Amino acid sequence: MNLETDPAAGTPPPGDRPPTPEGGDPDTLTRRPPAGHLPGPTHAAVPATVRVGRLEPAAISAVMARDIVMFKRYWRATTFSSVVQPVIYLLAFGLGFGSLVHHVGHFRYVQYVATGVVATAVLFSSAFPGMFNTFVRWRFQRTYDALLAAPIDAEELVTAETLWIAIRSGVYGVAPLVVGFFWGLTPEPAMLLVPFIGLITGFGFANFGVLIAAFAKTIDNFNYVTSAVLTPMFLVAGTFFPITQLPGALRTIAQFNPLYHCVALVRDLSLETFHLSDLLHLGVLVIFALLLWRLATTQMQRRLID
Amino acid sequence: MTGGPGNAIELRGIVKRFGSLTAVAGLDLSVPSGVCLGLLGPNGAGKSTTMRMLTGQTLATEGSITLLGHALPAQSKQARMAMGVVPQLDNLDVELTCRQILSIFARLYRVPRSEREAAVTRALGIANLGARADTVVRDLSGGMRRRLLVARALIHRPRLVLLDEPTVGLDPQVRQELWTLIAGLRADGVTVLMSTHYIEEAERLADTVAVMSAGQIIAQGTPAELVRAHAGREVIEVYGPPAELTALTAEASRRGWSHRRSGPALAILNAERLDGDAPAGVRRPANLEDAFVALTGEEIE
Repeated sequence: MNLETDPAAGTPPPGDRPPTPEGGDPDTLTRRPPAGHLPGPTHAAVPATVRVGRLEPAAISAVMARDIVMFKRYWRATTFSSVVQPVIYLLAFGLGFGSLVHHVGHFRYVQYVATGVVATAVLFSSAFPGMFNTFVRWRFQRTYDALLAAPIDAEELVTAETLWIAIRSGVYGVAPLVVGFFWGLTPEPAMLLVPFIGLITGFGFANFGVLIAAFAKTIDNFNYVTSAVLTPMFLVAGTFFPITQLPGALRTIAQFNPLYHCVALVRDLSLETFHLSDLLHLGVLVIFALLLWRLATTQMQRRLID
Repeated sequence: MTGGPGNAIELRGIVKRFGSLTAVAGLDLSVPSGVCLGLLGPNGAGKSTTMRMLTGQTLATEGSITLLGHALPAQSKQARMAMGVVPQLDNLDVELTCRQILSIFARLYRVPRSEREAAVTRALGIANLGARADTVVRDLSGGMRRRLLVARALIHRPRLVLLDEPTVGLDPQVRQELWTLIAGLRADGVTVLMSTHYIEEAERLADTVAVMSAGQIIAQGTPAELVRAHAGREVIEVYGPPAELTALTAEASRRGWSHRRSGPALAILNAERLDGDAPAGVRRPANLEDAFVALTGEEIE
């Protein structure tokens, strides 16, 4: 150890030591370790003016800084899984079905699917990390124990984690569009807004994942959510066919599917068919994101602080 | 020890229930600034629950907690700003390097950007990990990881450090290294609250020891005060065949002698009071272990 030994200044207050078997000085006889000063000044690395409140940007950015450092180690695998799966859907449906179904409305089928799969990419790259990362970091790696011992509260922790996932989702959501360009999808200026739509949607689904993780007893519980919630959700979102083709009841249910609103908004932006009703889609996505954020932060607070 | 304005930690009437289980049952504890207090107790005494209440990760069912002048849980975040925590269980990010971990925690503790690099270098120095700064945690030994946990808790130069069973499961050499580190904290006037179930650890490092059992502090004082009050000055250890020791145990109970099993021997406490009645055996000074067993009825390491 590189502690400087300074017996004069460094000897700690010994208290009233018990007598030792040999009857000598207890500190000597019990081989008390040399008590040296630690290097550097003792206190006050943190300025006294640090603001302490709810949702502090410094706290959120610090947690996100950790996420970014972790991401630098894993970005290849994360990016591969987040991009390849939606692209496979795009190729399978867009090019496969595209040879059978040439148009949906005014659009070529590959254009229709490429713009719809954006929402699938966002869903996969937000809901799954929301569930699995949260569960693993909380229950297995005890990362959240470490972070919550620092001046970070559960609300800031969840916000930072889901915001980072949302940013990634916004970027990954662009991948199907880029692939679509090679099959005739025309780049449009309004497509620059797609990452923001992906971010809002991803924030909602990341918080959905965190909420599920908060309730899950084991990591296997996620299978139920994946099979019973997420898969049907992306199939009835208007990704591969218009929801008007669904039976009446399912069509109504689809209207409450946030992914449908993401699909509709991205498609209208990308194919330059934007109209006033898209503001409604945007409004639904914002409400969905805020509602899930509130639910996730509240539930994780309850679970993390017992 | 009584409460007062100079106390870094004040716990008053703390109760913590988990359903029907009462983990902490009316805990009163004061830790003056600059003191190292050892919270000594067997497993299940409520030490870790108490530690989690101090970090704000568990909420007290009843009672009040004040840390560095901040009332918990409302001002827990302010308190954590000036406090470092070394957990019982390793919760390091194994894929990150020592430097990365310390840099992240420097940000979490709001160390100003201009001072972060120096803070990381200092913390690496404290833990003697300068040469392993860019090694990922996965490749560190158990002792290095424990030292990194301590360094992480000190990155912002806290006024108070909580150590939850800091050396549990470590080999003797690594334990010595950790003890040196903790002694360095004491020397610098940092207030330390250290939970432990190692008698020797409490005896070596703590200015004051609070003995915890069944969720309460049942005795508090310097190690010597505790020994004098609960085990006397001398102990007689009587060795012999099991039947003989059983008979002596019965006699000790009948005559009201304080006694305990000590390995293969029967230890009679407060031996200096026995005068001519004392059984033949090996006399030795009483120690903290004698006092602890007399207080709790439990043998610990």
